Amino acid sequence: MAEKILAKDKLGGFLEGLTSKYEVYAPQESEGKAQWARLEDTDKALWEFSNTHMSPKEFFFPQSETMMRFKNVQDGEEGMVMHSEPGLGDKRLLLNIRPCDAKAFQVLDLIFVQDEMTNDFYWRDKRENTTLVGLGCSDPCPTCFCTSMNCGPHSTTGLDALLVDLGDKLLVKTLTEKGEALAEGLADASAEEIAAAEAQQKASEEQIESQVGMDQVLSREVMELYEAGHWSRVQESCLNCGTCTYCCPTCHCFDIQDETSGETGRRVRNWDSCMSWLFTMHGTGHNPRGTKLDRVRQRFMHKFKYIPAKRGGEVGCVGCGRCVQLCPVNIDVRRVVNDMNA
Amino acid sequence: MEALVTKIREAAKKLLSDGTVDCVIGYAQGTVPMRDYPYFAYTPEEADNLTWSPFCTNNLANFLIRRPAGEKGKVAIVAQGCVSRSIVGLIKENQIARDQVYILGVPSPGMVDRRKVEALFPMKTITEVTVDGEDLIVKGKGFEERVDQKKVRRDNCYTCVQRNPVIVDELMGEEGPSDWGGNIDAVAAPWEKLEPLERWAAFEDTIKDCIRCYACRDACPLCYCHVCFVDESQPQWCGKGQDEADVATFHLLRAFHCAGRCTDCGACESACPMGIKVRRFTSKIEKDVRELYGYTPGLDLESTPPLSVYRPNDPQEFIK
Ligand code: SF4
Ligand code: SF4
Ligand code: SF4
Ligand code: SF4
Ligand code: SF4
Repeated sequence: MAEKILAKDKLGGFLEGLTSKYEVYAPQESEGKAQWARLEDTDKALWEFSNTHMSPKEFFFPQSETMMRFKNVQDGEEGMVMHSEPGLGDKRLLLNIRPCDAKAFQVLDLIFVQDEMTNDFYWRDKRENTTLVGLGCSDPCPTCFCTSMNCGPHSTTGLDALLVDLGDKLLVKTLTEKGEALAEGLADASAEEIAAAEAQQKASEEQIESQVGMDQVLSREVMELYEAGHWSRVQESCLNCGTCTYCCPTCHCFDIQDETSGETGRRVRNWDSCMSWLFTMHGTGHNPRGTKLDRVRQRFMHKFKYIPAKRGGEVGCVGCGRCVQLCPVNIDVRRVVNDMNA
Repeated sequence: MEALVTKIREAAKKLLSDGTVDCVIGYAQGTVPMRDYPYFAYTPEEADNLTWSPFCTNNLANFLIRRPAGEKGKVAIVAQGCVSRSIVGLIKENQIARDQVYILGVPSPGMVDRRKVEALFPMKTITEVTVDGEDLIVKGKGFEERVDQKKVRRDNCYTCVQRNPVIVDELMGEEGPSDWGGNIDAVAAPWEKLEPLERWAAFEDTIKDCIRCYACRDACPLCYCHVCFVDESQPQWCGKGQDEADVATFHLLRAFHCAGRCTDCGACESACPMGIKVRRFTSKIEKDVRELYGYTPGLDLESTPPLSVYRPNDPQEFIK
């Protein structure tokens, strides 16, 4: 909506202002890696990093999330009455989130919040109460392929504001009202500064070496892709370990369980994974995805065929490359999609 | 190294073309640096994709028991010391038959821990790593450095006691010395200095970042239970979330299930996305089994695994 300028020598004060108003989280260095943590010391926020080790998915979709609590006694007055957990409350801000991760959460909005029936309070509450301030990538990793996935190193989708590093200053692109509020009092960017940010965006996009084709995947019939021969090769070495699904910003499968201890209990939602045979195991003993091949195929078909088909062409992957870096047997999503596209 | 790659390819080609095996399980070069991955060659042409390097950190014995149903013909497998010991374990536990597997044994030079290499270049992206004799040449944006492989070996390769394959159908390369000087007790030693409460704290600290993805379990050739105890649902033994007690239960039970069976191959640690040092637990148990029963897993096909027999003179101290 507007382009503002924040001089780097004013950055300290700006960040102090944010931490006084919000609960601010930002990527910080920990054990040689960029990891998300509460920003206690504003000097510790990272401005140069490729991407965070794990995605910030946990902020909106925690690995274990208490949904409600109850007393596990049937005859008392309080027995078995569910009590909801409080919502997020205090305003939260994620600083320097990468555009790919922000885009991933916008994709997940389409899944968690679809209509009155599919309107997930837990997800929505955290999304509504969190401001996302992005940082454009100037140094993409060799494993990044965001430009092939409706995204890019300076993509603004899902962000409230995007920061672009111009050396001694930051260009602040405000994108929503929440973003505008942050930039209040900052000077407007000049035409040169806007042009410099655009040039930087172009340079970053050009640096992305991995290209993944999607045209055939989108136009092919579901069953044609489902029955393609290459799946048997993909599954050979897969351990079905689920690392790829846990590190992925768009993977969102979960399992809801009731846990009781003595008289009290809670209903908790935990991450689950299509890679686990238990995930699709029916009470009857039938398992519709009984083999390793069925499970691996599900991960890729879900992201690249079923989600686009059901959610107006959106892809369930933003090209962040985490699964490429972390899969213990190097099953490379780029190779798999290129095979689906061949 | 190159001579070894050629040798593995030639042997694989011969086995595939004369029909001795249907498939050769080895390693191929990965799409990202330091990640050679399990590769299945079904034709002599595919055998040309096989490779060998210090980045072969998956334990291929795993795939002998995780092959899809219907693919049960004879297979060949590339096996360094620890992998061959895992194969011995799987034969003893009746998971595979000796005559169903053809072992291309490779005396191991020790493997590289990619995390140690990454740690030398904090916050930087490594784009290429090549092997040059004893050194690695590590390249990234704006830097190129030589790293001595000895400094970045996997922990278990430092402590490894048996790098030569213990059972072999065809040996690739020259056998190394039988005593490599590895001290396997080094991993367990720190535990023994700790008081019980300190031990518990060290245990909790070791697993604090675990995300329960189970890559450690799934990469391990010993974790072949059809239904793992953490996946049991009738009854459910262990909660599925991030509750500390449940995460601890997973690690404790898994470690004990490996007692007298773990060959310290390190595949679990190499697979873990969070860098959890899971071998700290199995190594202590390995040492206990060795000292109490005089047994080291995977060395031969004849001896009986200690936890599958009862002897009246077994030590009883631990249940006093
Ligand atoms: S693709 Fe890789 S990370 Fe994902 S389940 Fe298979 S082995 Fe694990
Ligand atoms: S599938 Fe892989 S590359 Fe795509 S969003 Fe998930 S982790 Fe990132
Ligand atoms: S544990 Fe021993 S045999 Fe296995 S890779 Fe390391 S050095 Fe080689
Ligand atoms: S691989 Fe690592 S993070 Fe995953 S369950 Fe094992 S120890 Fe935990
Ligand atoms: S527990 Fe780890 S070190 Fe031991 S055999 Fe399994 S993968 Fe190898």
